[in-house]
Amino acid sequence: MNIILNNRPETIDGKSITISELIIYKNYTFRLLVTKLNGKLVKRDERDKVMVNDGDTVEVLHLISGG
Amino acid sequence: MTWEEIKEKLKGKKIGIAGCGGLGSNATVALARIGVKSFVLADFDVIEASNLNRQYFFKRQVGEKKVNALKDILLDIDDALMIETHDIRLKATDITSLFAACDLIIEAFDKAEAKQMIVETVIENFPEKPLILGIGLAGVGGFDKLRQEKWSDNIYVCGDSVTECSDDFPPLAPRVCIVANMQANLAIELLLR
Repeated sequence: MNIILNNRPETIDGKSITISELIIYKNYTFRLLVTKLNGKLVKRDERDKVMVNDGDTVEVLHLISGG
Repeated sequence: MTWEEIKEKLKGKKIGIAGCGGLGSNATVALARIGVKSFVLADFDVIEASNLNRQYFFKRQVGEKKVNALKDILLDIDDALMIETHDIRLKATDITSLFAACDLIIEAFDKAEAKQMIVETVIENFPEKPLILGIGLAGVGGFDKLRQEKWSDNIYVCGDSVTECSDDFPPLAPRVCIVANMQANLAIELLLR
């Protein structure tokens, strides 16, 4: 399937995938993330359930300490 | 735009500052100098001597609450400023109440957990209000790695996005102040649109 991930086109194997699986697939190792699917916030405890499908837009932001 | 036009446009704006440490103190001073007249400052912490390597405070202020000390400094720059202070560790409910009237919020927390909390709170409650994050500011050098970007809708990021503070990558005035001023610069750019 083809999605837009952080403003870039991305091709992922398979027809759909959860947000959590996408995070592992993309090897995002940062501990704290904010995720959005098609403009809507997906909180941490929803990432195992919410599915990403062909044509979706996903945004992932990682957060680190310092300020 | 002339300096007079910039001041005229900024004088009616109110900016929320979430955290008054390295990022928050330096960004706020820059904004106050160029004509933003109204601020909501929030921080729970007191100034320690170790903060003086990057935060816009002075030795005589060690032991004072950061919100009070920053208010004093801002009033020394412009005694007509309107400054609301909140000596509080911000939770999601505080963000939605204290920053409701702000035109824009600058995220200046230390901890990643707090940064995550404010991003999620603003996405859910203030989808139109710009939030400018500071992410990745530790260590020295690496000027070419610093950038500003629009992450999504109303959420913006300044910094290198990867350099976390640690013993080997301490937060130090030059790089922290660059990122704080990137946040202030972006805030003005958005407010002048």
